[in-house]
Amino acid sequence: MAPAAALTPVRAVGRLTLLCLQTLGAVTLFALRSLRAILLGPWFPGQILRQLAAIGFFSLPVVGLTAVFTGAALALNIYTGGGRFNAEQIMPQIVALGITRELGPVLAALMLAGRVSATIAAEIGAMRTTEQIDAMRTLSTDPFGYLVAPRIVAAVIALPILTVVADIIGIGGGWAVAVGFLDFNPTVYIRATVDFVQAGDVGTGLLKAMVFGLIVALMGCYHGYRATGGARGVGRATTNAVVSAAILIFASDYLLTTLFTRR
Amino acid sequence: MSGARPKLEWRNVTKRFGDVTVLDRLTLSVETGRSMVIIGGSGQGKSVMIKLALGLVAPDGGRVVLDGRGLPGFGGRLQRRLLARSGVLFQSAALFDSLTVWENVAFRLINADGVSRKAARRRALDALARVRLEEAVADVFPSELSGGMQKRVGLARAIAADPEVLFFDEPTTGLDPVTAAVINDLIVDQVRRLGCTAVSITHDLASARRIGDEIAMLHEGQIVWQGAPGELDQTSNPHVRAFVAG
Ligand SMILES: Nc1ncnc2c1ncn2[C@@H]1O[C@H](COP(=O)(O)OP(=O)(O)O)[C@@H](O)[C@H]1O
Ligand SMILES: [Mg+2]
Repeated sequence: MAPAAALTPVRAVGRLTLLCLQTLGAVTLFALRSLRAILLGPWFPGQILRQLAAIGFFSLPVVGLTAVFTGAALALNIYTGGGRFNAEQIMPQIVALGITRELGPVLAALMLAGRVSATIAAEIGAMRTTEQIDAMRTLSTDPFGYLVAPRIVAAVIALPILTVVADIIGIGGGWAVAVGFLDFNPTVYIRATVDFVQAGDVGTGLLKAMVFGLIVALMGCYHGYRATGGARGVGRATTNAVVSAAILIFASDYLLTTLFTRR
Repeated sequence: MSGARPKLEWRNVTKRFGDVTVLDRLTLSVETGRSMVIIGGSGQGKSVMIKLALGLVAPDGGRVVLDGRGLPGFGGRLQRRLLARSGVLFQSAALFDSLTVWENVAFRLINADGVSRKAARRRALDALARVRLEEAVADVFPSELSGGMQKRVGLARAIAADPEVLFFDEPTTGLDPVTAAVINDLIVDQVRRLGCTAVSITHDLASARRIGDEIAMLHEGQIVWQGAPGELDQTSNPHVRAFVAG
């Protein structure tokens, strides 16, 4: 009994490792099947448009609200921090950099993880557990082409656009508090921002956004597609989709940022 | 009967889920143009048999044979051909709840066969009429319909593209006797009209007698009895007798 007990933690680590590898393999396989459907078709343009509306257009309010408050709060914090070096005047530049390179894409992606990953997982999960996905296959229609590919394509297109919106509104939020409470000159603030921001700052943000879009849709589809066991299973799939999407967004954000950082 | 060609065969098919062997070297063949009914207790693997035949589930051993040619596995051309020529009524109807009734019925026509929406709608209305549903239901969503009507829509969806093989998974389970009788008659009508091969699952004996040319009983992973509906009451097979006695 004693040696077995001593091995318990080892066994647990081993099991966890196997589980991780298994999940990684399953997600990769799912992504490859999705990619094949995206590249080779058959394509369903009507479904893509529908998803663009659901994922992109209807996410504008949440993304906009998040961006304006974060931009405003960021501006106030940088003003406080800058004040310690008598460098308050650098605020517009730092706000613009922080929003375009980091906060715009990450905030938009997190909002989409909550809103879109969850919806996708619930929709596809419900279709799976009520045999609608099996039914679709018997009707000679590939669910990867009809359900998965349009959602991934729509998310990869929509998130960069939402990020541009978040960039503009976020910087606008910073501008509003700067002009309203901190006595910045409105035109000077805008001039400073426009002169400072480089195409690369916005570009790296948009590149991140595309990757985040892929993550958001892929996690929703993957967890929904594997849902089993009725309403409870769909609930579990939804939670897993949101949590895994959020973690992967943060992890890939760090990795991508290291790629974009020149030393 | 011995001269007829089998349309669909399960040859030595084995299927396991984890440690549980659901089908154990099961063999059954259905002749072209005949209506086969599979009976058996719940959880015996009747639905799994259909899913195997459709390639929705992969066998662990043996194979399913269509027109004398084996279905080697998933995604093959032969499987796509089988799916293109078959219609399925699922146990739960499995209608797409985000689409209207007529879009459900026309789903294959629009999304796989490239039929225009206008022509597809006309054919969908035609299929709905064949299961005695009025045009008024065409534009509502499935959730607004009763269980019996949903089954009829499922049946219309299965027959809309004029299939050669029809699968019915418990078409009358959960319906009142009158509605069940209507569904049974519709199935018999449509199978005759299309001249297709049918495989139905049921644990409702009245339904089995009504729609089957032939009945097979699945028990513990194998076909333990096979015969004409009239023979159900004469056989000495203990499994069938227990089933018939309820
Ligand atoms: N996808 C699956 N995963 C695990 N077990 C399954 C799956 N599908 C069916 N089973 C199991 O196989 C057995 C037969 O199921 P089924 O064919 O649905 O029975 P029935 O004869 O009532 O239609 C059941 O014990 C069921 O739990
Ligand atoms: Mg069943």
